[in-house]
Amino acid sequence: MTAYTATVTVRLKHGVLDPEAETTKQALERLGFELEALRSADRFEVDLEADSTAAARERAEDMAERLLANPTIHDYDVEVDDR
Amino acid sequence: MTVSIIRFGGSNCDRDAERALTHLGIDAEIVWHEDGLPADTSGIVLPGGFSYGDYLRAGAMAARSPIVSAVREAAADGTPILGVCNGAQIGCETGLTDGAFTTNESARFQCEHVHLRVERDDTPWTAAYDEGEVIEIPIAHGEGRYEIGEERLTELENDGRVLFRYCDENGEPSADANPNGSKHNIAGILGERETVAVLMPHPERATLPDVGPTDGQGVLRGFETA
Repeated sequence: MTAYTATVTVRLKHGVLDPEAETTKQALERLGFELEALRSADRFEVDLEADSTAAARERAEDMAERLLANPTIHDYDVEVDDR
Repeated sequence: MTVSIIRFGGSNCDRDAERALTHLGIDAEIVWHEDGLPADTSGIVLPGGFSYGDYLRAGAMAARSPIVSAVREAAADGTPILGVCNGAQIGCETGLTDGAFTTNESARFQCEHVHLRVERDDTPWTAAYDEGEVIEIPIAHGEGRYEIGEERLTELENDGRVLFRYCDENGEPSADANPNGSKHNIAGILGERETVAVLMPHPERATLPDVGPTDGQGVLRGFETA
């Protein structure tokens, strides 16, 4: 078994409205920043032990499918690093 | 035969639902989720509130709690199940109903009376109304914007699964009458079976004559007719 950190990033699917990101963008503009667009995402760092990088990835993807992301509105990606 | 109102940590419309159902002469009791579903359960309310502090997404945690497998079995057996507000979010998170309720277009919590157009009058939850009837029921939510992919939305609409749409007082589902940016003004939908329904507005807050309009009574009467 090897120790890994799986990083799961969950973001809204393209085209799904993100009112919080829009509000944040407006707040940045009020502070005088210039920007074109802003997207937000949730990032989960999961420490786990697995037989291989592939096994760690598979488990993290399963976590995303079953809880961390809502497939109706979210896309996600998973990165796995040795810990 | 009793309607079980499932209380999660953070539910706060459970007692309202109990009072409203009792007022209508429907036997109801509050059930703590860890105690499981009573054997004599004849119907289930997933009540409003902020279960698990809305952690991760509204309804996400409650939808993964152990009692939900019993709720799924009950749904498959045709037990009437009504999800209100946070209960609607839970219903979608469990997959009992399609789509997701997410952050309001305004990014604000909204607490106001809205008008709903009854899309069908041949379901247990709407048998008390006429198709096209406009009813007034309050909303109170920060995450009530109904989201779903276009393809699935078309399927749901073609299958007659839309129960209520936000509308103006004349029954027009206009953009102005859409309080939260929901796709096609959808406020409530049916599950695979008509005995399962979720909606963001609160029928239990529009049932007792003491507190205002009583248009929500018909929805709760679904437990009598289902």
